[in-house]
Amino acid sequence: MNTTDLQTPLKRARGLGSAKDGTHHFIVQRITALALVPLTIWVIFLALALVRADYAHAHAIVHQPFAAIWLTAFVLATFWHAQLGLQVVIEDYVHSRWLEVTAQLAVKFFCAAGALASVLAIVRIALG
Amino acid sequence: MPTARPLSPHLQVYRWQLTMVLSIIHRATGVALAAGTVLLIALLLALAAGPDAYQTVRAFCSSWLGMLMLFGWTWALSFHMCNGIRHLAWDAGWGFDIPRAYLTGWTVVAASLLISALIWVCVFAQAGAA
Repeated sequence: MNTTDLQTPLKRARGLGSAKDGTHHFIVQRITALALVPLTIWVIFLALALVRADYAHAHAIVHQPFAAIWLTAFVLATFWHAQLGLQVVIEDYVHSRWLEVTAQLAVKFFCAAGALASVLAIVRIALG
Repeated sequence: MPTARPLSPHLQVYRWQLTMVLSIIHRATGVALAAGTVLLIALLLALAAGPDAYQTVRAFCSSWLGMLMLFGWTWALSFHMCNGIRHLAWDAGWGFDIPRAYLTGWTVVAASLLISALIWVCVFAQAGAA
């Protein structure tokens, strides 16, 4: 490394990439991915438990504090990870600027709305 | 953006190979899963709303279109998770050499099919027992 360069590696990384946010996107995508591995495996078992359950039973399963917390974590990580992933797809394939900005905003709004709706639904089930 | 510069060889001149196919499928399943979250939101909102709404979503899930979506969703989720773990290993610096990239690639294909099959065996075993 050039010893006369006083910039830290972080300073050089900042502002790079299609979204101009350096390595932050990459790192958060990996953290949410890592979190989603155990979260998803548990949700698959939850979904299997719901197959034969009637409404009251299904409600009772998600009503449990542990299930509600785990499901909330799953939903938040899912929509965060989805937004980050869709963002990259749009950056790669949408080359008209206004269409790109519109698509990025649509994805962000959809993921935020999806996360809010899901969390509020889980809260309602957990407290109801 | 139009350009007169020469372009590097792209997909149409490459022979299809496992690594690139899995990379494309990883993206495609990611987009499909993001679209599939609509079903997850619908299920949670219905469970919060009451028995009638929940029955409507359940009925849709049991319809042929719902089943088709759930089959696709199960495999997309299994694949994206298995290949995601493969990606995390790469991020940690492991498995970049070509023999290992192919070995882990075929492992992901087999594991994703196996997990999907196991899930649906569990579903149909329960449905049969009901």
